[in-house]
Amino acid sequence: MNWYAVQAIYRFEMARTFRTLVQSIGAPVLTTSLYFVVFGSAIGSRMSQIGGVPYGAFIVPGLIMLSVLTESVGNGSFGIYMPKWAGTIYELLSAPVSTPEILLGYVGAAATKSMLIGLVILVTSTIFVPLHIRHPLGMVTFLLLTSVSFSLFGFILGIWADSWEKLQVVPLLVVTPLTFLGGSFYSIDILPPIWRTITLFNPVVYLISGFRWSFYGLSDVSIGVSLGFIAAFLLVCLAVVSWMLRSGWRLKS
Amino acid sequence: MDTILSVRKLTKTYANGHQALRSVTLDIRRGEIFALLGPNGAGKTTLIGISCGLVTPSSGHVTVDGHDVVREFRAARRAVGLVPQELTTDAFETVWATVSFSRGLFGCRPDPAHLERVLRSLSLWDRKDSRIATLSGGMKRRVLIAKALSHDPRLLFLDEPSAGVDVELRRDMWNVVRALRDAGVTIILTTHYIEEAEEMADRIGVISRGELILVEDKTTLMHKLGRKQLTLHLQEPLSAIPAVLEDYGLGLSADGMTLVYSFENEGGRARITGLLRQLGEAGVTFRDLETSQSSLEEIFVSLVRGAA
Repeated sequence: MNWYAVQAIYRFEMARTFRTLVQSIGAPVLTTSLYFVVFGSAIGSRMSQIGGVPYGAFIVPGLIMLSVLTESVGNGSFGIYMPKWAGTIYELLSAPVSTPEILLGYVGAAATKSMLIGLVILVTSTIFVPLHIRHPLGMVTFLLLTSVSFSLFGFILGIWADSWEKLQVVPLLVVTPLTFLGGSFYSIDILPPIWRTITLFNPVVYLISGFRWSFYGLSDVSIGVSLGFIAAFLLVCLAVVSWMLRSGWRLKS
Repeated sequence: MDTILSVRKLTKTYANGHQALRSVTLDIRRGEIFALLGPNGAGKTTLIGISCGLVTPSSGHVTVDGHDVVREFRAARRAVGLVPQELTTDAFETVWATVSFSRGLFGCRPDPAHLERVLRSLSLWDRKDSRIATLSGGMKRRVLIAKALSHDPRLLFLDEPSAGVDVELRRDMWNVVRALRDAGVTIILTTHYIEEAEEMADRIGVISRGELILVEDKTTLMHKLGRKQLTLHLQEPLSAIPAVLEDYGLGLSADGMTLVYSFENEGGRARITGLLRQLGEAGVTFRDLETSQSSLEEIFVSLVRGAA
């Protein structure tokens, strides 16, 4: 293992985050705070409790997931697309590094940043709603698995994309809608049966449900299914990325 | 011979069908400066790309210090530094951050003293805390060289190092390259500037349409292929070349004032005495004479034309 390379990539990526601190961390925190104000306080005060949890508190896990997912995909894809676009990727491709080192560096940094944002939002949310976490270990596990697997997914997008437009299209047209329809703002139990069935095909449902379980012990689907799903997604992404880096697809000619 | 880079029957056909390399075989000696000359699209950058891991070969093998660049890529790549043709740098990083990154990427423990030496040798030390975006093109080129040297490579590829670089910087760079060679680094450079190859190289390879058409010591090449010219400026104009001098294949200028004798280095030189004597006998007198030797550029052009 070339640990110096892992360290170099990780530091390089994190340095970019801290260089653009306001944009990297300030922006998502502000956006989420607005959700709290609008949905949690303004609308939430007129809504009944869900499973014994006040609406404002109910949406916290979903909102954190919303940011973590979006940020993971964004960071993961940007980290590798940027050097590809600028041409500086020649150095990575000519360096004595292989898949594990590249992933630990790039995906590790992207996931770290998303987790940081998730935690900052969590802390921010305590300003707006009373919060308690029933399964802290479960919460950290879900946060970690989600950050890592979606940063990997982003990394795949970054290799696949050959234009800035393509880089934006999947997060905007696929990830964000799936997240909104994944039960961030409601329990899927309140949907009509047909829509409930359709919703179960949305992978994000399992993430939000599992994450919410770690807060309140409430879940739309069983916790085992949630964990199984995210583990499977992680493995699929790993397989795809390994193939991409080994074959040099869209990286080498 | 102590070989640092060995290329065996290397072939590359790109997905679009373009055959960039056709069975190229080449050995680079440890410690030499090797110049690879060739027109655009000849395959120079592809050859470098395969050696560094940027391009996947279609067939054939490349080894660096005995390590296959595909199967033992870690050992092979550790020994290699690459300065690419394009000025591809991070814009927002500082010079220091980017060279530190490069050193780490190549698996070396941090060594600020070494990086300082590298930056000083390239006159970049004063700019170490500058963001790369604020540097001039020539400075960015130096940054790329510094990055390539950050991990102490034994073999350095310089792909068109003088592209877009002013004369002064080019001289500086040549000095850096010579100092590196003196320190034991082997250097392979590709160039359009024949002057550069002529000035720097120990050996020269000429590549055209994916084939290596010649590899030769620079001095041997100059000696073997360099044509000389003897130019005679006459006292009085000639209307035609005297019949007795026909064998020499002389050229006469339009105004009849200049005679030109072209000859190959070996045999032709011996005939100069005869030519001058016969000129005297024919009553042709001259007021001045000069000789010139064809440059590497002319040799190169004639080689590539011959191969086409």
